[in-house]
Amino acid sequence: MNNPSVTATAPDATGAMSENKAAGTMQPAVAAAPESEATASSIRSMPMGKAINAGLRLALANDPKVLLMGEDIGPLGGVYRVTEGLHAEFGANRVLDTPLAESGIVGTAIGLAMRGYRPVCEIQFDGFIFPGFDQITTQLARMRNRHEGTITMPIVIRVPFGGHIGSIEHHSESPEAYFAHTPGLRVVSPGNSHDAYWMIQEAIASNDPVLFFEPKSRYFAKGDIDLTTNGTPLHASRVVRSGTDVTVVGYGAMVGTLLQAADIAAEEGTSIEVVDLRSISPIDYAPLLESVCRTGHLIVVQEAPGNVSVGSEIAATVAERAFYSLEAPVIRVSGFDTPYPPSKLEGIFLPSADRVLEAVDRSLAY
Amino acid sequence: MAASIDSPRPAPTVQLLTADGRFQPSDSAGEYLPYLDRLSEDDYLRFYRDMFVMRSFDVEAANLQRQGQLALWVPSHGQEAAQVGSAYATRPQDHVFPSYREHVVGMIRGLDLNNILRMLRGVTLGGWDPATNGNFHLYSLVLASQALHATGYAMGIQFDGTVGTGDPEKDEAVIVYFGDGASSQGDVSEALVFAASYQTPQVFFLQNNQYAISVPVVRQSRTPLYLRGSGFGIPGTQIDGNDVLASFAVTSKWMDDARAGHGPALIEALTYRIGAHTTADDPTKYRLDEETASWIARDPISRYRTYLEGKGVDQSFFASVDEEAADFAEDARKRALAIVPPTLETIFDNLYAEPHALIAEQKAWAESYESSFGEGQA
Repeated sequence: MNNPSVTATAPDATGAMSENKAAGTMQPAVAAAPESEATASSIRSMPMGKAINAGLRLALANDPKVLLMGEDIGPLGGVYRVTEGLHAEFGANRVLDTPLAESGIVGTAIGLAMRGYRPVCEIQFDGFIFPGFDQITTQLARMRNRHEGTITMPIVIRVPFGGHIGSIEHHSESPEAYFAHTPGLRVVSPGNSHDAYWMIQEAIASNDPVLFFEPKSRYFAKGDIDLTTNGTPLHASRVVRSGTDVTVVGYGAMVGTLLQAADIAAEEGTSIEVVDLRSISPIDYAPLLESVCRTGHLIVVQEAPGNVSVGSEIAATVAERAFYSLEAPVIRVSGFDTPYPPSKLEGIFLPSADRVLEAVDRSLAY
Repeated sequence: MAASIDSPRPAPTVQLLTADGRFQPSDSAGEYLPYLDRLSEDDYLRFYRDMFVMRSFDVEAANLQRQGQLALWVPSHGQEAAQVGSAYATRPQDHVFPSYREHVVGMIRGLDLNNILRMLRGVTLGGWDPATNGNFHLYSLVLASQALHATGYAMGIQFDGTVGTGDPEKDEAVIVYFGDGASSQGDVSEALVFAASYQTPQVFFLQNNQYAISVPVVRQSRTPLYLRGSGFGIPGTQIDGNDVLASFAVTSKWMDDARAGHGPALIEALTYRIGAHTTADDPTKYRLDEETASWIARDPISRYRTYLEGKGVDQSFFASVDEEAADFAEDARKRALAIVPPTLETIFDNLYAEPHALIAEQKAWAESYESSFGEGQA
């Protein structure tokens, strides 16, 4: 719990955590952890995809009501193999290869949740979520509200998202703002293996619907996982690198880009503080505002197009709440307001460390 | 104009009562007749009573809307037989996923209809808790979305193993209502795909009332809708939806089969919306008077009354139902007018199950803002 409790958002995150713990699903079970090499250490190095797999396995093992459902997630283990081995371990009634229909996946998950299940849906790629958009926004998001609180909708929708993989159209999208804009949903995105391992379990334990955006370009990036503690609640943001001159904030794959930019800047004598947003809705502004109050400069970075985006919301809110601390306007570094381009051009489209540093220079020169 | 509307019933349509109230089962009705043995004399009377009371309620609710007391009313006039018959084919443990016109199904499942008026008066988005109201789920205004919820629920029954055990008190099934218009929505097709794939214990009950607001059913389908089932591997049956006995018998068979683990079925009930789509509709702009008249001649209630009279039911029974319906409607009016307006917290509470700082902050602001006007201006 390194999250400062100085703002209104901290109690939320803390409350969610204690509920999760009460649900009994958050206890780390080292024995059930994957790749159980004989070691007493509580630190395990794992690629993000494997970390999510390990989290899913624990959730399935700890609660018989947890179900996975999606296209090709059974014997194949998903196109990114995130569910590899789970069908064999838990069977076809726990890990469901569904028909190829996203509205069907989300809509039947709602019915299963009404029955007391906790479905975890995999949407194969970010660009394929839209056939399920109606069920997510007009049904799932409102279901508890229109039931006047008499039911819960503990559904997780996992979405591999973002670019950097040189793929074809509809395989590199960042649609998170649509869902962050929808009341009733929660939206999160892990930036490293540790968070992926813990956040997927916390999302499944949540009694609210959670959109879980997985930065697919990080699936194979290794990182250390502390199996004994999550360290940060699901809906808390976190400073992942301390600095004094400029604050940069991002989520998902952009966290890696920001850390890279901070390394480069350090060589040039600029100290960048990096905030991993982690939760896109609700946003935990406490660490961000605390940071901006010290640095006076904020750069918001995202792969998504900038127009009416998560970055726009952060810029507006920080301007409202930290106006007199800012030495320069909040600058957004985003994808362009165009469709995601043919992948040979994604290097121009996607925010890079260089583009982040260009914005840092502009902010400092203001 | 839909070819099927005024043409003679094609042979497969299951009909037990003719339009003039004679018990004369169609050739296709044979396998369903044994299900009538379940009905007591009281049940036969109850069918009439529920259809008649519902129509009275329907008229009263439409009046309330015209008088500005409801935002909208959705009449079910003409569709009572399809709804009453199928509702009595459910068991207490079954789950019912309505569209938004199945008021009498809710009533039969134990729902206080005042809850429906609360929703249409604009005081709630839902109105009731299905768990304490006969497993009658909330109305769904995005057409066909409920078909998938029903199928998912039925998948859950399947996974729980409360199907095909042979225990009539334990085995469960789901019935989902939708219309000819909604049948064009992708969600209905996806629900049929999932239902077939997982062999869910489920009946798809399609009320073909001939119009999706103003568009006739031929624009939705060039083939009789019950035939759609076979394309998904789901048996389909067409019934005379204005025949309460056919609706009961056919739905009983397929719900029984579903509970027994034989998978899903589709029933198309041919009926007609005598009234408007809603109180915001004007059917004279798209329907011919002669067509409506032809359906009034096949009215489900008068047909059934003729049948009961032929069975020797005393006129005093019909007189008592007249009285009960009038009381019911008057009571509904009084209670509708007494519905308590919602308070501010309705906006914010129950959106999330777990604490949410942004919503808490906005609720506090709204309360403070509203209270700043003082009592005199409230």
